[in-house]
Amino acid sequence: MEAAQYKSDQYVRFCPGCGDHAILASLTKAMAQIGVPTAQTVVISGIGCSSRMPHYLNTYGFNTIHGRGGAIATGVKTSHPELTVWQMTGDGDCLAIGGNHFIHEIRRNVDLNICLFNNRIYGLTKGQYSPTSPKGFVSKSSPFGTVERPFIPAELVMGARGTFFARTLDVDMPTTIDCMVKAHEHKGASVIECLVNCVIFNNGAHSWIADRETRAERSIILRHGEKMIFGANKDKGLKLDYSHLMPRLVVTTADDPDVLIHDAHMQDPTLHRMLALMGQEKVTDMANADVVPELPIALGVIRDVEAETYNEAVNNQINEVKEKAKVKTFDELVLTLEHWDM
Amino acid sequence: MQIYLHFFLCISFLFYNFAFKLAIIIIIMNKPNVVIRFCGDSGDGMQLTGNLFSSLSAILGNEISTLPDFPAEIRAPQGTLGGVSGFQVNLGQGVYTPGDKADVIVAMNAAALKVCVQNQLFHDHAIIIVDTDTFTKPDLEKALYKTDNPFTELGIKETVQIVPVALTSLTKESLKDSGLDNKSILKSRNMFALGVVCWLFNRPIDKAIHFLEGKFAKKPALIAPNVKVLTDGFNYGNNTALNINTINVEVADNLQHGTYTSIAGNKATAWGMIAAAQKCGKRLFLGSYPITPATDIMQELAGRKDMGVMVVQAEDEIAGVCTAIGASFAGDLACTSTSGPGLSLKSEAVGLAVMAELPLVVIDVQRGGPSTGLPTKTEQTDLLQAIYGRNGECPAVVIAASTSANCFQYAYEACKIALENMTPVILMTDTYLANGTGLWRLPQLAELPDIKPQGVPQELKNQYSVALRDANQVRYWATPGMEGFEHRNIGLERDSQTGSISTNPANHEKMVKARQAKIDQIVNRIPNLQVQGNVLSDTLLVGWGSTEGHLHAAANELNCALAHFNYINPLPKNTAEVLKQYKRVIVCELNNGQFATLLRSKVPGVKIMQYNEIMGQPFAVERIVEHVKAL
Repeated sequence: MEAAQYKSDQYVRFCPGCGDHAILASLTKAMAQIGVPTAQTVVISGIGCSSRMPHYLNTYGFNTIHGRGGAIATGVKTSHPELTVWQMTGDGDCLAIGGNHFIHEIRRNVDLNICLFNNRIYGLTKGQYSPTSPKGFVSKSSPFGTVERPFIPAELVMGARGTFFARTLDVDMPTTIDCMVKAHEHKGASVIECLVNCVIFNNGAHSWIADRETRAERSIILRHGEKMIFGANKDKGLKLDYSHLMPRLVVTTADDPDVLIHDAHMQDPTLHRMLALMGQEKVTDMANADVVPELPIALGVIRDVEAETYNEAVNNQINEVKEKAKVKTFDELVLTLEHWDM
Repeated sequence: MQIYLHFFLCISFLFYNFAFKLAIIIIIMNKPNVVIRFCGDSGDGMQLTGNLFSSLSAILGNEISTLPDFPAEIRAPQGTLGGVSGFQVNLGQGVYTPGDKADVIVAMNAAALKVCVQNQLFHDHAIIIVDTDTFTKPDLEKALYKTDNPFTELGIKETVQIVPVALTSLTKESLKDSGLDNKSILKSRNMFALGVVCWLFNRPIDKAIHFLEGKFAKKPALIAPNVKVLTDGFNYGNNTALNINTINVEVADNLQHGTYTSIAGNKATAWGMIAAAQKCGKRLFLGSYPITPATDIMQELAGRKDMGVMVVQAEDEIAGVCTAIGASFAGDLACTSTSGPGLSLKSEAVGLAVMAELPLVVIDVQRGGPSTGLPTKTEQTDLLQAIYGRNGECPAVVIAASTSANCFQYAYEACKIALENMTPVILMTDTYLANGTGLWRLPQLAELPDIKPQGVPQELKNQYSVALRDANQVRYWATPGMEGFEHRNIGLERDSQTGSISTNPANHEKMVKARQAKIDQIVNRIPNLQVQGNVLSDTLLVGWGSTEGHLHAAANELNCALAHFNYINPLPKNTAEVLKQYKRVIVCELNNGQFATLLRSKVPGVKIMQYNEIMGQPFAVERIVEHVKAL
């Protein structure tokens, strides 16, 4: 399959320079690589810039209502597990109005591929702060700066017992494609946090890591089974420092024998959480706007563990009961009631 | 004090029995129908007792109509007025309602008796069986009696016959060798009462035992003790010759010949959808969230995996309807069940199904509102919400069941209309229908009307869009998996030709009208309104939904006509024609006049009068009759 086969004939209306263009390109390439036919692929979205995505894909698509994409996708996948289902959502759509559906689709482990476009702003309503805007962020609805503590999506996913979490940058297409393919391979709710630049209302929110000059120093791409090494010269690594009561991640040299090897398949989420939280102090509080975090931002597949999916469990249970049932049809069913002739 | 009180009670009972003996001479009373009410603490098993007795009566050939009436609290403090749970059944021939007032009351405690008196739940010549063991001083205090003489204090008329039975001590005696603990023994009190009532109504005890065995099939250890208490209760009535006359109730002889059962409205609703799914070969999907009084529908369907039903108990009401919309998008027969507050939460998503033109069945088991309102009580106050309660011009089909048994028929019909017309259908039932039971003739799938879900012609392969419609304005339905029919559906306005997003002003108006036209044409697929009763009268009672039985009985008494609606949006074609034939049109409903408001706007030129009750209870036939007579 070619990426072009997954593109619809619709004119793409994302703003010029918007990170969503890159995500769309990555997604069609990932879909082509995955190779599931367009007729077997369903893309569900809620409302927001990210949620326009289904219109640009030549698959089955449903652009629904604000926040409810997760519940609708759950209905599609549970009732028709043979379909490959993607959910396109944003930080407002799934962390504010759709927060309940988001945590529950993750808790149930519905086999969905969820792309969470995190631009830390409401774009389609023209610039209000979102649940991932840093504290103190000035926007149209927070002219004096927000006083709210933001969500860290990874923390929410793992708190909801998530089985898959990846993080990518819109501009890093190879990593984005890789994460999307791995999300598809993973059986269960796979969340990919795509750090997307909103060129109009929150331009540059991620540029401190996305810029080519600094990206290699300020981020690390995690790959299962590989050493945690980063830096422009691949000279830095991550290890655990046990000198405190609680172990913590620290930067060391790449040749340090204690450099960790990434294990995304570890059931225990403790280390995944520590990795996902690296550098998040900067993006959760405007007070740290000028600070360069000590630890790099983790990108790539951070967590990818096995667990039974909801859609399988539901369908298996129905099939088991059906197989054992003595009563197979409606006409037989009514006769199971106490009945009499009159 | 205790001794004094018991003495006083005995004197009271003697007094009442004496009065009764003087008044009644015949030994066996034959009655066309009799209303009996079981009431006690919400933990006393009154619903079970009532249901057993009703089913038993139905098997013996009586028509039945039941009214469970329980508090919102699961277990209110024992013996208090707030914790009284009741179950009323009307049995006999020509039974249309559970009856306004009871002929026989079984009161398991002092609080139950007080509630019956306060709410005027029995006739002047009623028989009241009371458990004398539950009228101790602490019992009276809990039930807020002010004196030590409950009967005088309540002002029960002398014509009422009080039958004192020491239910608690007799049950204890009956089960003293059973090996059961005291708590379990006390729980069996209701079976002793049931035994007494079986004797009173000449119910053969062996049939009752057979039924009880069926009920406790999954708890075999409980069968023997319950059967013993039941039998002892029956024999107690028989042997001690309680000073009352047994009652023979007439057997119904006007029913369509067939195989019958008794069924509650919620179960009938669930089964109607199962039947519809099997008839059209689609899988039934229910997305729902627990809410009184609709939860039974979800529970019933969750247990019907043998029929292939898929149930998602969602995280909230919105997810309930949204998972259903997802399943509908993917090609299932999709439903969601709820009550008024849930319908409010689902409004936006129902609007999505209207816009996306997807089949969806929404069941609203109405309860008292607004807000949390009266969760366990009945009302018809969601009508205008169902018809109009969404943003934008957002028409959906609204139909209503009118008996517990025909919840089956209208749930089936809701599925049929939704699948054939690509629209949400809101089915209105209510607490009264949901929890009440009625006789139901077992249907066979073959005799039910065909359901032909909308599909898509193969010629449209590679040219399909969500904008394409058939001659009835119904859009074609392609579902994921079909090659060459990939498409995007939306909650945004779509272009009438291409189905893509459109903000064109003229196109929007065209689409609003197209969606309305699709609903309007359904009028050709629904039956005309039938007038019941004395069609030549100048007075027409009008109702909709669950009040049919009461209005039918009232129309009979008034010798007037009745037009009862099951189809509300769209209204039957002949609605105006029918209403215009009558001088007096009186719309009776359990709300503040919502259907009357609808009819005034849809059928101008007819003077519409109203009779409304909003007490969380079904109508009382006698109040309707009084009101109409006074007009």
